[in-house]
Amino acid sequence: MSGRSDAAHTSKHYEQELRELREKLILMGSLGEEMIGEGMKALATRDAARARATIDVDRRIDRLECEADQLAMQILATRQPVASDLRFLTASLKIVTDLERIGDLSVNICERVVELCDEPPLPVRIDLGGLAEEAVSALHEALDALVARDVAHATELLRRDDVIDDHYSAIFAEVLRVMGNDPTTIFRATRVQSIAKYLERIADHAMNISEVVVFLVQGRDIRHRRRPDGDADR
Amino acid sequence: MTTAPPVARGPLSSEPPPLPDPEPVARIQVRKLHAWFGGFHAVRDVSLDIPTRKVTAVIGPSGCGKSTFLRCLNRLHELTPGARAEGSVLLDGVDVYGRRVDPVVLRRRVGMVFQKPNPFPTMSIRDNVLAGHLLSGTRVPDPEAMVERSLRQVALWDEVKDKLDQSGMSLSGGQQQRLCIARVLAVEPEVILLDEPCSALDPIATARIEELLGELESRYTIVLVTHNMQQAARTSDYTAFFYLGDLVELDRTTTIFTNPKERRTEDYVTGRFG
Repeated sequence: MSGRSDAAHTSKHYEQELRELREKLILMGSLGEEMIGEGMKALATRDAARARATIDVDRRIDRLECEADQLAMQILATRQPVASDLRFLTASLKIVTDLERIGDLSVNICERVVELCDEPPLPVRIDLGGLAEEAVSALHEALDALVARDVAHATELLRRDDVIDDHYSAIFAEVLRVMGNDPTTIFRATRVQSIAKYLERIADHAMNISEVVVFLVQGRDIRHRRRPDGDADR
Repeated sequence: MTTAPPVARGPLSSEPPPLPDPEPVARIQVRKLHAWFGGFHAVRDVSLDIPTRKVTAVIGPSGCGKSTFLRCLNRLHELTPGARAEGSVLLDGVDVYGRRVDPVVLRRRVGMVFQKPNPFPTMSIRDNVLAGHLLSGTRVPDPEAMVERSLRQVALWDEVKDKLDQSGMSLSGGQQQRLCIARVLAVEPEVILLDEPCSALDPIATARIEELLGELESRYTIVLVTHNMQQAARTSDYTAFFYLGDLVELDRTTTIFTNPKERRTEDYVTGRFG
């Protein structure tokens, strides 16, 4: 059978607990999206205060991680979930780790932004905004697929991982070229390169969530398999 | 619990797929089994294979036909006034409903443990173990050895060896149930049917019975009817889900409890049946 039944649990409390866990995950993801967006705005406007304020949001994500773990453990202990419920519980325990790491990476972005605020821009335009959009979109769509239990959407998203990786590689090459041409840019360029790497890693975590969605719905573990185009998955 | 290829699967299938090689071999093959209580059709066209020396759990809501199905396997069902069954139940290839089959002999080969521990109240612990032989008049060459062997098999020997002459009713509920299992084992059956054997027991006594099932599995083919889904998950190799008299799904227990194929199974095991 694919996915969860539409019927509600006989126990309304159980149903409520599962709903609460789902909502915590979605909230964590939304906060992650918000942090990335705010961090990138802070970079664009050279607004260190905005970047610092964004760092504080991570505390909420950390708190939600602990609450989600606690709730998942409580459900495991008291409800003994099976079948799609069990898959949701184990999926949640994995997703919560990815979301917490996304929060941490967003903090890293903001820290680099603070360092860049007093620096002039690099002499050439680096497309961090485009990469950030791709990362946020990947995270948003992974969460959409999670909510809708949409395997087709999740697998479609997984195919985009390579595009994001290529985008990061292009930025990395460009940053190297800038540093090679003008060593005085190294401090700024390495910060820019770090931000690009954080964004690429955020997209990777979104891909992890997409893989979990496939497991959640179909009970099929697709991690560590080669993608259709032959590239090894992480 | 061990894992092996599934024996049969699919809703309402009359012809389950052949058993995968090299094992498990089906000790019991049920084909197109129907059972009635008067006009009530309790079991409907059930076909499945019960593998040798494995634990097969039967789960389902009250009234789904699981106990009736179990009682058809050793022809206890027909003892209920107005009850009847159709179809075939092959034990090692021989239809237990065949005209030449003696139901009493059949029930020695296919023993039964009931929901409520039912030691014979006027018999000692020793005689309860030997009851199958005493009541049928079978001569036992070495009854003391048989009593000890049977009680050891159910891990009760050390607890009762000094009071074998006391009434079976002097034991706790869990001990009484193990005594009843020893009574079944003493007639050296090939198949053991258990109908909610732990529903009247506390968690510790339940754990002992479940542990016992794991030990008996290497020597006996076991069919366990249980309302306790976690018990099915803990103790069985295969699980069959019955609903409204139909066999909805039979698969490896791990599959039934992690990724069942049928929506009705999913709804039942996750507690979504209203």
